Amino acid sequence: MAAPRSFVWSRRIFLTLLTGFVLLPVYVMLSSSLKPLQDVSGEFRWLPSGLTIRPYIDIWSTVPLAKYFVNSLIVAGAATVLSVAIAIFAAYGVSRYRFRGKRLFTVTVLSTQMFPGILFLLPLFLIYVNIGNATGIALFGSRLGLILTYLTFSLPFSIWMLIGYFESVPRDLDEAAMVDGNGPLGALFRVVVPAAVPGIVAVAVYAFMTAWGEVLFASVMTNDTTRTLAVGLQGYATQNDVYWNQVMAASLVVSVPVVAGFLLLQRYLVAGLTAGAVK
Amino acid sequence: MTVTAEPAVGKEAPPGATGPAPRRRTGRVRRIALPYLLLLPALLLELLVHLVPMVIGIVMSFKELTQFYIRDWGSAPWAGFDNYSLSVDFDAPIGKALLHSFFVTCAFTVLSVGLCWLLGTTAAVYMQENFRGRGFLRAVFLVPYALPVYAAVITWAFMFQRDNGLVNHVLHDQLGLTDSPSFWLIGDNSFVALLVVSVWKGWPFAFLIVMAGLQNIPKELYEAASIDGAGMLQQLRRITLPSLRPVNQVLVLVLFLWTFNDFNTPYVLFGKAAPEAADLISIHIYQSSFVTWNFGTGSAMSVLLLLFLLVVTGVYLVLTSRGRRAADV
Repeated sequence: MAAPRSFVWSRRIFLTLLTGFVLLPVYVMLSSSLKPLQDVSGEFRWLPSGLTIRPYIDIWSTVPLAKYFVNSLIVAGAATVLSVAIAIFAAYGVSRYRFRGKRLFTVTVLSTQMFPGILFLLPLFLIYVNIGNATGIALFGSRLGLILTYLTFSLPFSIWMLIGYFESVPRDLDEAAMVDGNGPLGALFRVVVPAAVPGIVAVAVYAFMTAWGEVLFASVMTNDTTRTLAVGLQGYATQNDVYWNQVMAASLVVSVPVVAGFLLLQRYLVAGLTAGAVK
Repeated sequence: MTVTAEPAVGKEAPPGATGPAPRRRTGRVRRIALPYLLLLPALLLELLVHLVPMVIGIVMSFKELTQFYIRDWGSAPWAGFDNYSLSVDFDAPIGKALLHSFFVTCAFTVLSVGLCWLLGTTAAVYMQENFRGRGFLRAVFLVPYALPVYAAVITWAFMFQRDNGLVNHVLHDQLGLTDSPSFWLIGDNSFVALLVVSVWKGWPFAFLIVMAGLQNIPKELYEAASIDGAGMLQQLRRITLPSLRPVNQVLVLVLFLWTFNDFNTPYVLFGKAAPEAADLISIHIYQSSFVTWNFGTGSAMSVLLLLFLLVVTGVYLVLTSRGRRAADV
C-alpha cells in the first residue's frame, strides 16, 4: 500500500527540520574550526571570511592535546577491555546457571544504574586516598583510579545487556559443545561468545563511548599528567580570550574517532540495545 | 537479525578438558562453585566501585565532614541527623536552595524526557517504512548520541554566546525577534538553553529504542487493519502505540534516570555553578560538597536523592506493570 501524499509530505518536512536541528552544531563545529580568530570573536557568520587550517595546527601547542588524547585512549581502552571481559563471565554465569543469590545479583546490578554519579564521587575519592595512604598504590589522580571509576558506569550496563544477549543464544548449542568434551569455559569461548559477537561489540562500543565522554570524575580525579580530553578541552579558554576556532577544531578531532567507530558499528549497537532493552 | 553459531561446535575436545565421568564428587562441587567463580570478578569490582562507596556515602551523611577532616575522615565527629535536617529545613537558605533545585530538576526532567520521547517516536514511526535515504538519515540521527558529551555541549555553549553565538545572530540580527541580544547561559533563559541541549543529545536514544521496538510488530497486524479500513492514524493509535507499551516502559524509566542524574551537560554548559534557573540537582550537590566544602551535607543530599529515585522507580514499576496487565486482559 502506497502511503498517502499528505503523509509523505509531513514526513519530509518533519525529517528535514529534525536533520537541521541535529546537524546545526556539527556545521558550527566544522565551519568555525576553519575560521580565523577574528571571525569567531565577533558576530557570528554563517560563512567564514577566509578558510584556514591554522586552528588545526595550533590546537596541539595551545594545550598538550596529544597527551590528553593518549590519556583518554588508555583510560577508555582499559575500562572497555576490563568491563567487557568481566561482564562476559558474569553474564554467562547468570544466563546459564541457577544458583543462590542470582536474583539478588541481577537486581543489584540493575539498580546501580539509577544511582547518581555524584553519590560515588566523594566516597571513591576517600577510598582512593585511604588505599594510597595504606599501601602506597596511587589511585587518586592516576589512570588506574580513573579506569576503576569508569567501571561504575559501564560494568552494570554491560552485564545487563550481555545477559539478554547470551540468553538469546540457544542453550542446546553450548550443551552440545559440552557433550563434545568441552568444559563450561570451552563452551563459553567456542560457542556462546562467537554467537554473541554483535552483543559484545555493542557493549564494547558503549563502554568506550561512556569512558571517552565522561566529565565529572575526570575533572576531580586527574592531575596534570593524567588529565583526559574531557577536562583538557577546557584549556582553550584563557582568562582574556576563548580561542573558539581552536575549541571547535579540537572538539572535532576528538569526536571523529568515536563517531566514525560508532557509525561503522552502529548495526551491532542497535542489535545489542534491542536485545538488552526490548526484553 | 540472524546469529549463526557454526564455529567450533564440532571440533575435537581440547587437551585436558574435564570429562564428566571419572571424578563425580569434585565435578559436583565444581558445578556448584562455578557460577560463583564466574561472578567473582564482577562481584569484587561491584563491591569496590558501588557497594563500599555507597555505604561510606551513607556513613558520611551522618558525619560533620568539613575540609578539616578530609584527610582522616573517620575521625570526623558524628552529626546524627543534623545534615538531613539542614537539607530539608526549607525555611533556611540551604534547604530552600535544595528544594528550588529539586523543582527545577523535576520540571527539566519532565520536559526533556517528554520531548525526547516525542521526537524519537515520531521520527521512528515516520521511518518505519523504507524510503530513499532512510539509512543515511538514521546514521545522521545517531550523531548526537555518538559525539562525546563535552565536545557537543561546548559547541552549544559557543552557539549560545551572547555576542558571537549563532542563536542570537539568528534571533536578533537576522529575524529581529529580540530588541537586544539575550543572555542564554545566565538568567532565566539558561533553563531553555539547557533543555535544548539535553533534548538534542537525548532524543536519538529514544529513536533507537523505539525503532527497535517497531521491528517486532508483525506486519500482518497492519495488513489486517488496513483491510478493515483503518487509516494511518487509527493504525498508529490501535496497533503501533499499544505494541510499543513494554518498550516505552523501559525507555521512559531509563531516560528519566539519566536526565534526572545528568551532570555532564550542565557542568560543561555552565561550569561549576549553574545559574539559578537551571540549577540541576546533581550539580547543586556537587557545588554543596566541593565548592563550599561541606561533604556531610552533600552526602545527606545524595542519599535523599537516591531515596527519591528509589521511591519513584518503585511506584513507576508497580503502576506500569499493573497497567500492562490490565491492558492484556
